[in-house]
Amino acid sequence: MKVTVEMVVNGEEVAELIEPRMTLADFLRDRLRLTGTHVGCEMGVCGACLVMLDGKPVHGCLVLAVQAAGATVQTIEGLSESGAIADLQAAFHDRNALQCGYCTPGMMMTAHRLLQEQPRPDRTEIRTALSGNYCRCTGYEAIVDAIAATADARAASRAAGGAE
Amino acid sequence: MTAHPAISTTAPDAGAAQDRPAHIGHPHRRQNALRHLAGRGNFVSDMQLPRMVHAAFLRSPMARARIATLDVEAARSAPGVVAVFTAADLNPLCANWTSNLDHFSGMVSTPQNILAEDETLWAGHPVAMVLARSRAEAEDALEYIELELDELPPVCGVEAALDPGTAPAAPGLSSNLCYRNELRTEGVEAAFASAALVVQADYAFGRHTAVTLEPRAIVADFDPASGQLTVHHGTQTPFQFQDIYARHFGLPDHKVRVVSPDVGGSFGMKLHLYNEEMAAVAATLRLHRPVRFVADRLESFQTDIHAREHHVKARMALDADGMILAMDVDDHAPIGAFSAYPRTSVVEGNQAFRLMGAPYRMREYRGRLNVLFQNKVQTSQYRAVGHPIACAVTETLLDQAAARLEIDPWDIRARNVIPDDAYPCASATGYRFEKLSHQRSLEKLRELMGYDALRTEQAALRGRGVYRGIGLATFVEITNPGAAFYGVGGARISAQDGAVVRLTPGGEVHCAISVTEQGQGTETMIAQVVADQLGVSPDQVKVTTGDTDATPSGGATWACRGAGIGGETALLAGRDLARQILTIAGAVLQADPATLALRRGEVVDAATGAARLPLAEIGRIATYRPDTLPAGVDNSLTVARHFAPSGYPFGFTNGIQAAWVEVDPETGLVRLLKHWVVEDCGRIINPLLVDEQIRGGVVQGLGPALFEECLYDDDGQLLNGSLADYLVPMACEMPDIVIGHVETPTEDTILGAKGVGEAGTAAAGAAVMNAVNDALSPLGARLTQTPMTPARILAALGIGQD
Repeated sequence: MKVTVEMVVNGEEVAELIEPRMTLADFLRDRLRLTGTHVGCEMGVCGACLVMLDGKPVHGCLVLAVQAAGATVQTIEGLSESGAIADLQAAFHDRNALQCGYCTPGMMMTAHRLLQEQPRPDRTEIRTALSGNYCRCTGYEAIVDAIAATADARAASRAAGGAE
Repeated sequence: MTAHPAISTTAPDAGAAQDRPAHIGHPHRRQNALRHLAGRGNFVSDMQLPRMVHAAFLRSPMARARIATLDVEAARSAPGVVAVFTAADLNPLCANWTSNLDHFSGMVSTPQNILAEDETLWAGHPVAMVLARSRAEAEDALEYIELELDELPPVCGVEAALDPGTAPAAPGLSSNLCYRNELRTEGVEAAFASAALVVQADYAFGRHTAVTLEPRAIVADFDPASGQLTVHHGTQTPFQFQDIYARHFGLPDHKVRVVSPDVGGSFGMKLHLYNEEMAAVAATLRLHRPVRFVADRLESFQTDIHAREHHVKARMALDADGMILAMDVDDHAPIGAFSAYPRTSVVEGNQAFRLMGAPYRMREYRGRLNVLFQNKVQTSQYRAVGHPIACAVTETLLDQAAARLEIDPWDIRARNVIPDDAYPCASATGYRFEKLSHQRSLEKLRELMGYDALRTEQAALRGRGVYRGIGLATFVEITNPGAAFYGVGGARISAQDGAVVRLTPGGEVHCAISVTEQGQGTETMIAQVVADQLGVSPDQVKVTTGDTDATPSGGATWACRGAGIGGETALLAGRDLARQILTIAGAVLQADPATLALRRGEVVDAATGAARLPLAEIGRIATYRPDTLPAGVDNSLTVARHFAPSGYPFGFTNGIQAAWVEVDPETGLVRLLKHWVVEDCGRIINPLLVDEQIRGGVVQGLGPALFEECLYDDDGQLLNGSLADYLVPMACEMPDIVIGHVETPTEDTILGAKGVGEAGTAAAGAAVMNAVNDALSPLGARLTQTPMTPARILAALGIGQD
């Protein structure tokens, strides 16, 4: 038995006929072909599948697509196109805070949320916030550096009266 | 954002600056990182092709069993199922593979094929393959397969493998010994007899695995109309798999294309042959439509190679001054039920027992290696093959000796390392060293970490009941291997690489090269090398990798050969193209090419630097108006070069690491406070990328030292096949890592680069083991088993049971 699921993904209304057991991550990847959302552990540990569901990060592998019916979803593709994380992306690029890139979209989600909730996290807070994002390549330090640099730059911008 | 000049950092015009590196040595950022940051990666697991089917496998739930009944009929009619295959369907398409290298004399391993035929050899061994419209439907259909197994007693562990009464782990074996070797210098007994001190320990190193975040992934697609097999395969070594698919499936190799786009981590794990990938190829040959297999996490734990299970008894003999006289090492390395293909599972043990004592002036050595079969998933090469074992054994014995002789751990290393002016020389185990920098590295580390102040702080904290420890670990790393690694053993694994470099009609540069990218920055590093040969910016050089149809053939990326061998290949090709461009420019300008040079994206007067002709003009004339060139002038703007390392069989690098840890004796928890690395990888092409390789490598070494272990029960069942149960290092547990460099370029190449990818992993575990033991030393506890879990630390303290 298949069901129709409708939601708004990256600002676009979508409707798909799916099996109720399909996860949100598979829905985004296989049906909408938004392959920036990755699947790593399929049990909510590695953070590769994090997406924003109604503005909050959720594990796309633990949420069924039917549970997201009627909701607003933002993936890395949408977040990137919106420009909201341009400075974060630039900081990751400058610091080379990624290697293979498979964890990177999830890292972006965590970092974006962290800086929304806590604009000036210290390094320990950044590391704690990243505790659900597995990266096998970098050793994490560059990621911590990039997030800290973004926080500093945003604070400097605020202090100078500039827009974020 | 840090600004990186687009074109302006080419060599200055003064003097003979033509060949002077301008971008080599710069922290150039990775262009390909921008795609990943935007969610525009292109991984094999992202691929969908028309009519593609999804594979799932029925696997043996037992470590060793005889197949009594296998009935797949009911599964064939399950919803969405396209085909169900057993060994009888697929194995006849594929020639057996048997792991061996001629230079491992006496090594044995039995022939393998895609699906288990009569017996299963490990828990996870695939027995049947279902192909369906979706992975979910394929998994559902597995439930309809009837499989009855007669359980056989599995071989698990060293004792069982060595027991002559134990049945061999696979049919066709006469014992569970895969390979045995002994190295012995003449004076080893005398050295031990004359020693002022002999220290010894027994070690157990836990089996662990790569846990790449993107699991193994393949999409195999055979087109019978053209006879073309196209395999998108997440691997480091596309040409190796082109050869394997061609030979084992009876296809001419030019009809096999292997494409490795973005690869979500590899670390050696994705260069071995796996049953599932061979099954995907066999299935597309049967079905004539694309077949996708992407391992789920449980399948990764059950079928990815595991690594580095070693049980070592070791002794070190020293004189009264703390000089190492000899080591005596006995290593038992249990692998799987067969040796991995095509590189063998023996290389790990072979490197472990040959790297013992390698940084030191140790003259005498006896090493014994026993590689043993057991009924667990195959083991094989994983980042820093053998190094962490050799390093941990050597460095912890040295710390034990230092404590007994009341010599500071730093001092005992300073006394024993091969002096920087003693090269070239060889290790007691026969490794030849061109030039290393242990003394300079040690001095640099002492300064970098503030060793003396840290010792003072440690002593003060101990008085307050805070147990902190400092651990040092000196290492050498094997990089830039020539054919001595595999080729001489008969393996079809290329030691050479190839590059095609061309000037485009628009005056930009394209380089297609056989070394591959898994995020370490290969393409960026190659662009920098090529840019400096042609006087352009790295952003003007597009680099293509990972496609056997699009690049020349080569070994690709393993054993830290991308920069040293791939970089030299790119350099030579770039220089050839520069000569050709200058020849054409000389013809156009009616000038002697020797008076011209390439800088700032232009042909310039070599002496004055004055602009003569833009590269775009060369591209235009050679492409669209070759008729205007003088007769006899070759208009080619494409060159191809291959390069095979010669000179030393391996390019050894060296370095030293230090760990600063705190151990809580009540909980057994270890807190990693800081980590330092001083490393010498020769010419540094890109410090940003080199440092990231070191940091990532360190963390990959810290994981198995503290957390990571594939746990099995006595029946050969893996107990922790998920990311909730198998602990990997996460950001909150990892320290900041301070890095320093010494640069001793190899003289075997023009570029002078050696490898760096495995340096971090080589010694991080040893450093942290020494640090934990240093912290625990006032409490009389010492660990020689990894991972050093809280339970094992408490057990060492006499609290509870491990």
